[in-house]
Amino acid sequence: MGHAAESTYGTPAILKEIKPAVLPRATLVENNRSFGWITDKICGIIEGRTPTWWWVCFIVAAFVASFTVAGLTYLVATGVGVWGHANPVNWAWDIVNFVFWIGIGHAGTLISAILCLLRQKWRTSINRAAEAMTIFAVVCAGIFPVFHVGRVWFAWYLFPIPNSNYIWQNFRSPLEWDVFAVSTYGTVSVLFWYVGLLPDLAILRDRFTAAGNKLRGFLYGLFAMGWRGSNRHWSNYEMAYLILAGISTPLVLSVHTIVSFDFAVSLIPGWHTTIFPPYFVAGAIFSGFGMVLTLMLPLRAIYGLQDLITQYHIDCMCKITLATGTIVGYAYATEFFIAWYGANPYEGFAFINRAFGHYAWAYWIMIICNVITPQFFWFKAIRRNTAFVWVLSIFVNVGMWFERFVIIVTSLARDFLPSSWGYYSPSIVEIFTFFGTFGVFSVLFLLFIRFLPIMPMAELKAVTPQADPHGHGDASAGHDGHRAH
Amino acid sequence: MSKLFPKSANRLPLQIIVYLFVLGGIVTAATTYYATPKYTRVGYAPVQPVPFSHTLHAGNLGLDCRYCHSNVEKSGHSNIPTAQTCMNCHSAIKANSPLLEPVRLSYESGNPVPWVNVHVLPNYAYFNHSVHIARGVSCVECHGRIDQMDVVRHAKPLSMGFCLDCHREPEKFIRSPELVTKLDWQHPEGVKGQIEQGKKFVHDWNVKPPQSCSGCHR
Repeated sequence: MGHAAESTYGTPAILKEIKPAVLPRATLVENNRSFGWITDKICGIIEGRTPTWWWVCFIVAAFVASFTVAGLTYLVATGVGVWGHANPVNWAWDIVNFVFWIGIGHAGTLISAILCLLRQKWRTSINRAAEAMTIFAVVCAGIFPVFHVGRVWFAWYLFPIPNSNYIWQNFRSPLEWDVFAVSTYGTVSVLFWYVGLLPDLAILRDRFTAAGNKLRGFLYGLFAMGWRGSNRHWSNYEMAYLILAGISTPLVLSVHTIVSFDFAVSLIPGWHTTIFPPYFVAGAIFSGFGMVLTLMLPLRAIYGLQDLITQYHIDCMCKITLATGTIVGYAYATEFFIAWYGANPYEGFAFINRAFGHYAWAYWIMIICNVITPQFFWFKAIRRNTAFVWVLSIFVNVGMWFERFVIIVTSLARDFLPSSWGYYSPSIVEIFTFFGTFGVFSVLFLLFIRFLPIMPMAELKAVTPQADPHGHGDASAGHDGHRAH
Repeated sequence: MSKLFPKSANRLPLQIIVYLFVLGGIVTAATTYYATPKYTRVGYAPVQPVPFSHTLHAGNLGLDCRYCHSNVEKSGHSNIPTAQTCMNCHSAIKANSPLLEPVRLSYESGNPVPWVNVHVLPNYAYFNHSVHIARGVSCVECHGRIDQMDVVRHAKPLSMGFCLDCHREPEKFIRSPELVTKLDWQHPEGVKGQIEQGKKFVHDWNVKPPQSCSGCHR
């Protein structure tokens, strides 16, 4: 175009002035809400009367959670044989559920760590709840490997504690790496979550004390650890947050990598593949964002948080789900390609068997939920239909559970020796135990939304249009605080 | 705004950390001392139906262990003697002692004397006495100075770690098999001589104590 301009009009090819188009940045807090409105809105959720729906959900969740308690009590009292495991399928729902829950947690870490380092400001309105989700998911995940050891009172053998039996861990086993990966992940997630909560706990302390509720003021004050919002506090806080984000970033990748090593390091056809680490990490983030959508969309509707979780936030989450879901679909295809290209008859059989064998029903559920479902998110109209997005997010959760089931059970049920082939079905105790973990998770999450601020108030205020030092408190497009004018 | 916390609360975090360290230390030390077999098993000395004194029989009179525990060289299980063994002597010596009434009853009826088991081998562990005796592991290594016990006492922890100490370094413990029942025997050249000789035995007899799980948990 420049040449055309020169030849026709004789003007120089180099423009005297460059005028890049100012692309409008999405507004992260809509309707030009004030700082005070944000504080009142978030604190109001905690300060208001306990809503009836909360009690209904809480009682239902507690009832569901009792299934896990009952299932585990029966297991401990009777023995691990009450689960449906039998040769050759000695890892089944327990490990499926473990990987499922641990995977869900990954969205929280991704949002809190990687998106923080990449300065993705839209993370602010969802990071608190996503981090809470991470912690509660790790709690649910931890139940399964601990109880699957059978004699749960010996579960401390997992840790290298000197003892008079001289029992020492096999550090060459990925299962041992898993112990450290998951416990580090849990610890760092809790720390990250707690550090982020400090300023908000202080706000609640002050508000409850001012309202004359000494007890709650005291309790929030205890956990606020003397936060007074001084410059020094904020400076230390920002540094601590950044350091924790740095520590957590490798964890996003490492935890599910090591979980995948539980399988990839073994020799079972269908497990022994190098694609597992990236494929598991992508799957984990995919399932995590599925769960974030499942949780945040109802919260947004119930508490009227449309100004804080905007359509832009939903778009971003849908796009990450689409991207990771497509990676997962690509990984499924690659697995099949390598099984053919590798020309190993066992590997080839394992994959043919997955798609067309006894567990084909599970495989196709997985394909529909994980590969087809996210493709809907290409369309803006669908992303704008929150009810439909919510339904799709449920499909993602279901699909990712089935992915782990397909990987674990189909590979074990048809191993090298046809004489040991079998078909696994879960026992009622296993089903109850897994069903109950949704109750455990919900109980914890309901307590969280009732007693802790579900969004980081201070960080939200920092992304409002009026916090933009170059803007004028005007919600119109084109203002970005970090671009030099 | 009114004060919620006194000024001393500023020191709380440090205090909590210090207390946690102290508490952790106490719990670790207490568990190590009180909750391991060194404490929970060692010293167990139940009252037996007959006040049989090993000090008298094995120590002062110099009876060989194998006179009563006669199968220890041939069997995995070291037997408790039957009343017949006791009566070899006690039909003549102290034949009317009221303390020996349970032995005489057992001799007549054929029902065993109800001795109380001191050293219990759990059913998930395999231990063979004969193989240890044949390779010169003395009774004293696991049972202590029985020849000095009026009442038999659990002298060693017999924990898995205790077994592994010897299985990992057998040269420190094995001796010539003729000397296994000499409970007071020690190598005349001390520890150095013991290790030197032990290494020779380990080599010559091809001693390979199992350290894998299935060696003992079969």
